This record gives sequence, structure tokens and C-alpha cells, in this order.
Amino acid sequence: MSAPHTDHSSQPVLDSSSIHDVPANAAEIASHAVEYLKVGAALLVLTGVTVGLSYVDFGSRNMNIVVGMIVATIKAGLVAAIFMHLKGEKITIWRFLVMTGIFAAGLFFLTFLAHSDPVSGTFHATH
Amino acid sequence: MSTIAIADTGHHNAAKEHGHGEHHHHSELGFLQRWVFSTDHKVIGLQYAVTGLSFLFFGFLLMLVMRWQLASPGQPVPVVGAFLRSVFGQTVMTDAGALTAAGYNVFGAMHGTIMVFFGIVPVAVAGFGNFVVPLQIGAPDMAFPKLNMASFWCFFTSCVIMTGSFFVPGSAAKSGWTAYPPLAGIADLEGGNLWLNGQTIWLIAMVFNITGSLLGSINFITTIIQLRAPGLTWMRLPFFVWAQFVTAFLLVLAFPPLEAAGFMQLTDRVLGTSFFMPTGLMIGQSVAQTWSGGGSPILWQHLFWFLAHPEVYVLILPAIGIVSEVVANNTRKPLHGYKAMVYSLFVLGFLSFIVWAHHMYMTGMGAKVAAFFQVTTIMISVPSVILLTSLLMSLWGGSIRFNTPMLFATAFLPMFGLGGLTGIPLAFNAVDLFLHDTYYVIGHFHYVVAPGTIFGLFAGVYFWYPKVTGRKMSELLGRVHFWGSLITINGVFFPMFLQGMAGVHRRWYDGGVTYEQLAGPVLHWNKVMTISAGLLALFQLVFIWNFFTSWKLGQKVGRNPWDATTLDWDTPTPPPHGNFDKPLMVYRGPYEYSVPGHPTDFIPQTEKV
Amino acid sequence: MSNLISKYFPLFTDTEVPHTVQARPDTGLYSAKLGIWLFLASEVMLFGGLFSAYIFLRIGAEPGYWPSGLLNVPVGTMNTAILIISSVTVVFAWAALKMRQLGKYRLYMLITILCGAIFLTVKLSYEWPAKFNHFGAFIRKESASKYEAFLGNKHLEATGQSPRWEITGHLLDAPKGSSYAHQAERNAEHFAHETGRHDAVTPAEDDYVIQVDAVNANPSDKDNDRPHFWPRETSSTLAVISAKDVESASVFAPRHSTYFATYFLITGLHGLHVLGGIIVFLYLWLPLPGGTGLYKTNPEHLANRVEIAGLFWHFVDLVWIFVFPIFYLL
Repeated sequence: MSAPHTDHSSQPVLDSSSIHDVPANAAEIASHAVEYLKVGAALLVLTGVTVGLSYVDFGSRNMNIVVGMIVATIKAGLVAAIFMHLKGEKITIWRFLVMTGIFAAGLFFLTFLAHSDPVSGTFHATH
Repeated sequence: MSTIAIADTGHHNAAKEHGHGEHHHHSELGFLQRWVFSTDHKVIGLQYAVTGLSFLFFGFLLMLVMRWQLASPGQPVPVVGAFLRSVFGQTVMTDAGALTAAGYNVFGAMHGTIMVFFGIVPVAVAGFGNFVVPLQIGAPDMAFPKLNMASFWCFFTSCVIMTGSFFVPGSAAKSGWTAYPPLAGIADLEGGNLWLNGQTIWLIAMVFNITGSLLGSINFITTIIQLRAPGLTWMRLPFFVWAQFVTAFLLVLAFPPLEAAGFMQLTDRVLGTSFFMPTGLMIGQSVAQTWSGGGSPILWQHLFWFLAHPEVYVLILPAIGIVSEVVANNTRKPLHGYKAMVYSLFVLGFLSFIVWAHHMYMTGMGAKVAAFFQVTTIMISVPSVILLTSLLMSLWGGSIRFNTPMLFATAFLPMFGLGGLTGIPLAFNAVDLFLHDTYYVIGHFHYVVAPGTIFGLFAGVYFWYPKVTGRKMSELLGRVHFWGSLITINGVFFPMFLQGMAGVHRRWYDGGVTYEQLAGPVLHWNKVMTISAGLLALFQLVFIWNFFTSWKLGQKVGRNPWDATTLDWDTPTPPPHGNFDKPLMVYRGPYEYSVPGHPTDFIPQTEKV
Repeated sequence: MSNLISKYFPLFTDTEVPHTVQARPDTGLYSAKLGIWLFLASEVMLFGGLFSAYIFLRIGAEPGYWPSGLLNVPVGTMNTAILIISSVTVVFAWAALKMRQLGKYRLYMLITILCGAIFLTVKLSYEWPAKFNHFGAFIRKESASKYEAFLGNKHLEATGQSPRWEITGHLLDAPKGSSYAHQAERNAEHFAHETGRHDAVTPAEDDYVIQVDAVNANPSDKDNDRPHFWPRETSSTLAVISAKDVESASVFAPRHSTYFATYFLITGLHGLHVLGGIIVFLYLWLPLPGGTGLYKTNPEHLANRVEIAGLFWHFVDLVWIFVFPIFYLL
């Protein structure tokens, strides 16, 4: 058999014409397209906001960092929820992401805790 | 182009008869496609297992040379001294064939690295996992067969690179398997090649190894979730599958920070960055000029141990899984506390991510953070004890068949118990003050991994050998292997507790001779341990002989020689491409042994209720 | 073409595995979607490890050794916008495929690829080379008073700000034997050409001569306390620094400081991920059997592949959303 191999793990092809028809949920997909555009525009605006806010004096350098991270988190949330379809995604995926978030937070927080709680009276060279 | 569509249709119609089309394909595959670049999980599993077993043996040989040095410091290695000198070069061996100090460090670092990342994990996780898991869940293959093949070749590349590191100037990595900077950041750079040195190549090999591991773990998790046969609900899974599931989870989430740290140490070495190089570092008599400073060696330790702690659970869980299968099968009764064992796996997996700094008690941590890690470390002993106790209680009232797999599985229990219990003192930083970096630690973790995991792996080899080959390994040789190994392995590792409590340091290359006044009373144990190690090696030769000769001369058996209940014993032997010769429907749990009223003492999972 | 590939590379003859295209009923997922999210989870941990290193090194840095304002903010903002646009176009590409509009799919996919390529080109041919041609010398604390005209520490102390220990700019003259001698020579020629001055090169052999940045030309000016949005011209002031007063000196390369080490490693790794994404998109866009060639026989499978690749691409965008403020702005 010299039949060329296409991907064997795909659905069996029974009637080659119907798989290329516009699907039943076309209108739903089209409505999502508008949402994607809106979110894209929002992201561009928020980028400008991030840049602008970085030149505003919020008191201390640390506050600027907090503000910057809040805006970044909002942007990231939009990308994750809308572009990556996490809104309405199956629970299996959510479970893994929650676990990942917990362990990433553990890595950050516990490392920071170890750094900020040294044995008292010892010398910790920085630069 | 329409010929493609037509041919595809015809092919898919044929493939609707389960596996039929694939048989037709299979006979056309050449040697390379069938045995080298195969996407079949069974072939890949065997590839991992054989590669891993070879590295386990190689790591063992490295240790034998180290043990010779510890028992007879400075003496040329007998018989093979000159051979080792010619292979490993002058950094590692003196002209007379004795191990140098640098050579001891090379062998030490590489023994650890090889055993963990190139021996145990490939055999236990990738070898047994790849071969057995799809069979036990009733799947035709893994979820991503091509990715599986890519994972193996990524791993194999890391093997080639890591082995090659012995042959560069200065020999292989010698800064411990833990690769702590600043030592690991500067080793072999002075007057040497920027890229062609042991530690740099170690880092590159580890990047490939980690990547292969990550891709493999993704495959396992997806396979177990998506490809379970109809009727195989989560609580009907064989415990081995649960163990591999949690193990894969640990690998996916814990390995990447080490990969990140590996990149950072690599750039420290080749680009002169200062991720881990502190300010004012002095090398010899002068301040190091290559690095700007500002880095933190402790950062490496955090990122390393973030992986390396879950890694030790990766080392033990598949073995506990194998032991569970063997115990249930050979006691002819269900596992005691199956549900408790499964929940213990979850708790163990979760906690394993937040205990890592118990490897760092001596880094100057304050009381708050040390207390946190002490608490979580003690907590994690609870699920471990539940697992061990459940297995012990599974023996109670059983109709026990002491075949070779069962001998190893039963011995696993007290050995793992010893290893686990000796870990408890180490959980407390006050005690760790005395025991850190001593032979006590080495004794503790070797008990868990050597008479622990490796015995579990032996049980697995003897148990599943008939499924792979259609023949049983010799029972007589198996018993010789077992008793010889059990006695000698305790001879190697038990004295380590005595030496450790006396203060013998884990990295002294001369066996403690320089610290005679401290360690004098316990140094004689070095000779006991070395002789035991040599005898242990001899008994492994029995296993190797048995392994290879049984392939052609072993007792021939049918598809279910152990009268087991799980789906892996429901396939033809050896399982063909696609695994099962009938459509599958699962009606029962995994351990329906000795069900009252049933004519046989076991009921396969596929038997209708 | 697919005939030829299959004939000479019949390696990939998988067993038929269920749930590749159609979702499994109880999980509601097709396998590759679960697989890619697991991969992204591992990537979260990878970049998480790198970001935790960033935090650790930044909070551990002594004041004056963690710079800011050294990166080109307008260019970084533009690159951020380009990635955001590509995120939109890739999801449009997927939607077009779900609606069986092959032409639109190819158009949006092409735009996505081009955006990615522009991002990388800007980074590799403009941003990074500009860094490698920018020099900084950290002055030893005990010698700092000699260079007060360039450091302005009296003003900084008086206003409660972190001290400044570094003089940055274009290197015009390097000590004898320095690996930057060639770069210094080129810059000195350029300087002479531009300004007509020939005082860039000093007769002494162990001097650094730096054409300083605006902030070092007027270090006590309040205007220079915080970075500006638009990058400013290098000044025409020259600083002559004796090599024995220098703690460490290098171009803005990874070795310069932990700041640049983290910057180059994170953006470099991110860039490799962008490159990987571009390669995958190219494979799905070109008429290859696994790419657009798959549209004829199984468009849903191709849509799934595009969705998976798109998820990876969005993740890459997501990482950049954090990288940009962290390194360029804060």
C-alpha cells in the first residue's frame, strides 16, 4: 500500500463535503469576534495606562510597583479569560491552574519569607 | 489530491475494527521504525528501562570505586586500577590507579546525578510507567505517541551529553549532585575551556533531561485522564496508576524552577552573570574579577530544593505503586485501605511542594521560617506512614505466595520503614545541626531509595517480565538475588547511621582518616561497608544473568501467569500494537481477590457483574 | 508533496488514539487541550522561578546597584502593542477556521506571524545591540567623592533617595588590554566626527573616558531624579575615570549587573518562546500535511491545532505583559 499517510488519529472522513460547511454555531463564534476586538482594544489602552501611571508619584517606589502589578494582573486576566477561553473552561483545567497558582505562590512567598527572616545578629552581605 | 481523501476513508473504515488496520501497517515497518524510532508506548517503555538500568549499574560501579577509596584511602584500585586510569584520565585517577581527591568528587557528584536522574526516574517513572499504565487503564497507547518518542530521544540526548562529560579536560562535574554555587559557578573555569568542562556540560545535559521529563509527565497525566477504558472510574484504578499520576504531577510543576536555575548557573559560568555569585567573592587569595557580584548562592538552593524535594517523592511513589500491585496479587486479597492510600497520595503530593527548606536549615534561616518548614515536614510523614501501614495491614490474613516479586515487595516494607523513620530526626533543625551533611543523612536517603525503591523496581521486573517476554525469570536465581541483596545492602547502609551520629562528614574523600580523633571509633565500619558493597555487586550479576537468559530459556507462560485481576494481564503476550484484542468494558474494582462464592480466587476487572 | 514526505519519512505511524479531535464526554476536553494547559502550567513555574529570582535579587540588592531608566520605553511599549495585536489576530485566525473561512484564516495567521517576527527583529536588531554599545562603570565607594560631579550623591542624600554609584554612557577610551578597546575606538572616531573634538582619547593608559548620559551630566538636577519616557540624547560631557577607582565596568551585557542578567535571561527565554511560536504557526500556515494541508481532510482537527498553538501564543503574550512593566517601567 503506497497510500500517502495523513494524520491517522483524526475522525473518520465519511462525506468530504459536509466538514467544510459553515457550522451551526457560526453566529455564536462571530459574536465572540466582537468581544475579542473589544478586549484587544482594552489591552492597548491599559498598556498606555501602565506606562502613564509609572510616571506618577505614588509616594514610594514600592507603591508604584504595586500599582503596576495590579494593572498587569488585570491585563493578564483579560488575556487568560477571553483570549484563552478560560471563562467557561472545563473544571479539569481550572483544577490544574489553581494548583499551579498555589505552588507558584508558595515558591514566591516562602523564598521571600526565608530571605526576610534571617538568624538575628548575622551578617548578610548584599552588594 | 482527492486520492488522499479516498485512501483515508478506506483506511479509517478498516481501522474501525479495533487495531486491524494497525496490524497491516505494523508488518511494513522496518527495524528502525519498530525498535528505534517507535511511537509505541511499550517499545518506548523498554527503551527507557534498559537505558535506565544500564545507568543504575554504571552509577553503582562509580560507588564501588568510591567505597574502595573510603576503606583503603590512597590505595590503587585492585584489578581495574590501570583500566580506570586509562578511561577516566589523570584528574580522576593517579598514575598508580588510585582515586584522587578530585576524582572522588567527580564520582560522588556523578553517582548522585546518574542514580537519580538517569537511573531511577527513567526506570521507575518512564520505564514502568510507559509500559504498564496504558495497559492498566485499557488504552491503545499514550495520549501523545509522537511526543512520547520525542521525550525519549530528548532524554537519550541528555544521557549522551552527561556520559560525554567524563571525557572533557578536568573530567565531569565535581561539585556535588546539588551543584551549589559559588563552587559550582567557578569549578574548572580557571585556565580551562569556557564550554568544554564538566559542570557546564552537566548543566546542558540536565536541561535536556528536565525537558524530556516534562514532556513525558504531560503525556502521563493526559493519558490517565482521557484514555481510561469505559467503566474504569477513578476509584477502580490500580493503585500503581494513581501513584504514577501523582508522580507526573510532581514532575510537571516542580522541575521548571530547577530548569530556570540551571539556565542561570549556565549563564553565570559562560556569560559571567552573577545570579548566584555574591559580592566580594574570593577565589584563593584574590577577589574574583569576572563577576559583578550582587548574586545569592541561597537563591540556587531554594530553586534546586524546590525541585529536589518533590523529586524524592518521584523516586518513591512508583515503587510504592509497584509494591501495592505485587502485594495485592500475592496475598490474594484487596489492598487494605485503598481509598486512604489514594487520599494519602494527594496530601503527600501537595505537602511535598512546601517542605523543601528542610534541606537548608543550616543557611541562616530565622525561627519563623524554620518553624514553618519543620511543621510541614513532620506533617508529610503522616501520609507516608498511612501508605506503609496500609501495605503492612494488607499482608494480614492473606494467603501469601512468596514468589520472587513478593519477596522483594515484602522486604521493601521494613526497609522503606527504616528509611522513613530515620528521616524524622532530620526534620528538626535542632537535631539537623548535628546530623546535616553527615553519613546519617546518606544512610537515611539510601535506605529509602536502595533497599526501598530499587527493591520495588526489582519486584516490578520479576512481576512484569512474563508480560513483556512470555516467560518467567528463574525462581531459584531470583531467590539467590533477593537474599544476597537484602543482607549485603543492609551491610552497606546500616553502619552509615553509626558513622553519621559520630560526626563523619558525607563528602570526606579519605574515609575520615584526617579526622581520626573525631571519627576513629567508627572508621572500621568503612571496611564492612566496602566488603558488603562488593558482595552486593556480585549478587546483581546473578540478576543480570537471570534477566538475559530467561528471555530464551525461562518457563513459558500464558497471558496471566500470576492470576491477576488488572487489565494489563488481559492482553495477549506480548501485547500487540493497540494492546487489546477485544473491546473493553470495566465492571469491577482492581483487586477483587478471594471474593466469597466465586469459583476462582480472582475476578478480572472486565468480568461482568 | 505529502506523498514524498510520507514515503521517505514513514516514521509517524501512530496507533489510533481516541479523543484527539472529539472531546471525551466526562471531561469535555480533547486531549491536546489538556496537554497544552499542562505544558503552560509548567511554563508558569518556569517563568515563576525566573521571576522569583528577579524578586530575590532585587530586594537583596544594595541601594544604588539596581538601576532604572536604562531601557527604551517607547520601543518597549510599541513591542507590547505588537504582541497584543498578534494575540487578537491569532484568535481571529482560529475563529475563521471554525467558520471554515480558509482565506481569512491564512490572512490572520500571516499577520500573527509577521507581528511575531517584527517583535523579534526589534529586540534583536535594535534593542539588544543598543545595550551592547552602552557602557557603565561602577565607582568604588571610597573614590566616589572624586566623581561627585557625575554622581550627585549630595543631592540624592539630601532628598532621601538611593545613592548613585554608576557612570553610564558611550565608552570612548578604555584601559590598555581591555576587551572593550575596539568598541571604544569606534565610538571615539564617531565622537570626533560628530563634535569635531579630539579630547576623547587621553594619553594615560589606565583611564576610562565615557561620554556620559544626560543623568550623569547633571546628576543634581531634580529633573533627572526619575526616568523620562522619551530617551534622551547622550550629553557631550566627558568623564575621565581612573581604572583603580572602578569596582566593575562593562557594557550593558548580562555580566554587567544582576539587573541586566535577569533582563537578558528573561527576555531571551521569552524571545525563544516567541520564535518557537512563530515556527509552529509557520507549520500550520504553510501547505504542509500537518498544516493547511489538513484542512481538506479534517478542518476541525486543524482548528484544534490552531487553538492549541494560539493558547501557547497567548501565554507568551501574558508573560510579556508582566515583563514589560517590571523591567522597562519599575
